Amino acid sequence: MADDVLQAPLVLEYPFTRTTGPVVGAFLTGLREGVVLGVKRTDGTVMCPPLEYDPLDASPLGEMVEVGQTGTVVSWSWGGPPRPQQPFDRDVAWALITLDGADTPMLHAVFVDGPADMSSGMRVTVQWRDERHGHIADIAGFVPSEES
Amino acid sequence: MTYSKSQDPSSRPAGLDVEVTVPDSIAGVERVQSVRTPIRIEYTYTPGEALSAYLRGMKDKKILAERCPKTGQVFVPPRGVSPVAGILTEGPVELPDTGYVESFNITRVPIASRPELEPPYVSAWVLLDGASVGLMGLVINCQPEDVKLGTRVRAVWKPDDELEMAATNILGWEPTGEPDVDIVDIETIGQKGDLE
Repeated sequence: MADDVLQAPLVLEYPFTRTTGPVVGAFLTGLREGVVLGVKRTDGTVMCPPLEYDPLDASPLGEMVEVGQTGTVVSWSWGGPPRPQQPFDRDVAWALITLDGADTPMLHAVFVDGPADMSSGMRVTVQWRDERHGHIADIAGFVPSEES
Repeated sequence: MTYSKSQDPSSRPAGLDVEVTVPDSIAGVERVQSVRTPIRIEYTYTPGEALSAYLRGMKDKKILAERCPKTGQVFVPPRGVSPVAGILTEGPVELPDTGYVESFNITRVPIASRPELEPPYVSAWVLLDGASVGLMGLVINCQPEDVKLGTRVRAVWKPDDELEMAATNILGWEPTGEPDVDIVDIETIGQKGDLE
């Protein structure tokens, strides 16, 4: 084929707005107000981030409880440089973090200098964004906890 | 409570009737009801040989299709493969920029992301003369009420000095004023093809 191969940028974009429902809506409301909420499951444990229904028996849930803003890294992987649309200006680690008072972990970013600073079992604390709108990104990320 | 298969599937989800209780820390504040979750995917798109020829033809106001060697069907825009026979198509087959409205839709509400489309507007499948499948486009330069199944149309091209290697060179399709194609013939004019 003599001609050069054609190519062009192609952008697919869907500007979804989703309604949140009472439980997830309360969770996001909490984030906007600077608190983290979980939901009580039928067995008495606390799920955070919360869901409208118990994943085990599908029963509807509705008792929101406040959990801690410090927690423990359950597992992690190094994310490296942020992708263009990620809200970070630096490398991050991705971690599953079980907040104090919660029984399930949430996925979020941890700000450290490199993978050598990450370990399972390490303690981390929420770093809030200055402007909050009721979105998971209201939590900018987590930083190593200064507690001893 | 456990999920039961005998539960009426059309019944209201039980969770909607649950009273959600919140701690005092957010008790008095306005509740978040929705969240924006935009999805955006950026590609570098490479069209392949058949579609590249189509796009190059567009720069010269030519419509270049391809033909299935087994069924004789003519596909535009060409993808290089016959979706019916699953084999490579042959081309190019140059088509005229005339055809008729095979089906159409009048849109009367605006789309936020397409401010250039001012309602009411008519989008249509235009079956080009000699083609087996319709080509999507707008019917322009007429009233929406003037568009019918079978209305003969011709391409309205961008000015010559604005032509690019792009399907958007065709601004739309305007009625030619020729007599409508008889609605009874519409099912038979386009070569539908047959693998037998």
